[in-house]
Amino acid sequence: MAHITFIEASGQSTTVNLADGWSLMQGATANGVDGILGECGGSCACATCHCYVDEARLGDLPPASAGELEMLENVAAERRPNSRLACQLKASAALEGLIVHLPETQE
Amino acid sequence: MTSVTATASIVIIGAGQAGVQTAEALRAGGFEGAITLLGDEPHGPYHRPPLSKTWLAGEMDAAQLVMRAPEMLARKGITLRTDTTVAAIDRAAQTVRLADGSALPWTGLVLATGAMPRRLPLPGGDASGVFALRGRDDASAIADRMALCIEQQQPVVVIGGGFIGLEVAATARKKGLPVTVLEAAPRLLGRVLAPTLSDWYAELHRSHGVQLVLGAQISAMDVGTDGAVAGVRLVDGTVLPAGLVVVGIGVAANDQLARAAGLECDRGIVVDTCGRTSDARIVAAGDCTARRLADGSLLRLESVQNATEQGKSAAAALLGQDRPFTATPWFWSDQYDKKLQMAGLSTGADHWAVRGDMTAGSFSVYHFKGERLLAVDSVSASKDHLQARKLLDAGKSPTPAQAADTAFDLASLLA
Repeated sequence: MAHITFIEASGQSTTVNLADGWSLMQGATANGVDGILGECGGSCACATCHCYVDEARLGDLPPASAGELEMLENVAAERRPNSRLACQLKASAALEGLIVHLPETQE
Repeated sequence: MTSVTATASIVIIGAGQAGVQTAEALRAGGFEGAITLLGDEPHGPYHRPPLSKTWLAGEMDAAQLVMRAPEMLARKGITLRTDTTVAAIDRAAQTVRLADGSALPWTGLVLATGAMPRRLPLPGGDASGVFALRGRDDASAIADRMALCIEQQQPVVVIGGGFIGLEVAATARKKGLPVTVLEAAPRLLGRVLAPTLSDWYAELHRSHGVQLVLGAQISAMDVGTDGAVAGVRLVDGTVLPAGLVVVGIGVAANDQLARAAGLECDRGIVVDTCGRTSDARIVAAGDCTARRLADGSLLRLESVQNATEQGKSAAAALLGQDRPFTATPWFWSDQYDKKLQMAGLSTGADHWAVRGDMTAGSFSVYHFKGERLLAVDSVSASKDHLQARKLLDAGKSPTPAQAADTAFDLASLLA
């Protein structure tokens, strides 16, 4: 399990407790967090679940795959060093307390 | 008599990708009237793409499949009604009549009715154990049957070597089941892929233990005394034993309501590039549509991108704005650990160029008609895919030699 806090561009903050194996995209859409679309259902094919993870925690996350890095080139909002696709981040104890900021737009 | 402006109220028939997208785009576009989203399934909006993959493999909870939490729709003032079937559209009265006999008024109507799998018109085609995959309940029933096949050590037969069939085949192999894929055409995915890529996918499936029968001609399903399918019989008399048969031979647009209401339909609800039907108060989006292109031809697409883009166009149209959907079509398919991403439409291609290393499993096939780039299919090469969308959007074509030369920077064509 991991408590993940999503902060939308509006400032709206939602903390959800995700079971291991849930992606952050699934956690956001199933819990009413606006600002993540996940149009492809989590296949790393659409780049509409872009998020900015807490920079201090970057080292706790598994590195992005080649496919994710390539899809990140297509995000609608500004790509930053801490940009990730939420469908590729799976909840585990290592992510406990992670804060994730959502961009202004996904499309 | 005093004139009263009716309170704006939009009814959306269909709570899938296109319906949800249209509802949210209406709110994002400033629409403040009532929005009612009608779905005929018992479930709220869910992601369809995982159904043939992780959902079928039993690797996901139902909650993980949720596309939008119901409370989020409620917060946006979108009224979701599940288990609700529409019986008819009354254009004169501006209502939809529901299966329970009640009527819902509308000032704007959205048709996002999706598509239905084609059935196999063969003896035994409706035996138990024969399935098509469209919705969550279909996928769950197939998953249950797969579990039974594992228990009873019975093989799986997939009819149709298209995307759904091949994804199901890959999932069944992942579960350890013996799988045969029957394809009527001489190659897999023949309407979409270049011959060289069809061959590559055939080899991919064979290397994972799938038995492929190309040019297969099926005569009937063999049905056991228990009424369940026991095998698939070919015209040459061969019988392939099966505890589960999945039929993936394409879909037909759900245009029955539109047709009955007198809207123009032609193997789909005919819409312009902005999602308008032949009645300006009614728009349509997603798999149910046939989009009229500038040259007058009709384009039917079944994809997430088509649903979301047409949904946005349809919402804009109801708000009195033109937002044509003209972007390059794109699609994807996940089979085993390979991601196929397609950009553009390859119909009419007469020669092809390969970029990258096919044996290493990361490459792209560029489809050309004369000098013009029509489409690009990328296997585990997302960068090529994204670049292809940009090239096609901009109408830029590399030469086949440039496309095949990994030392040539395709991005230079966009400068």
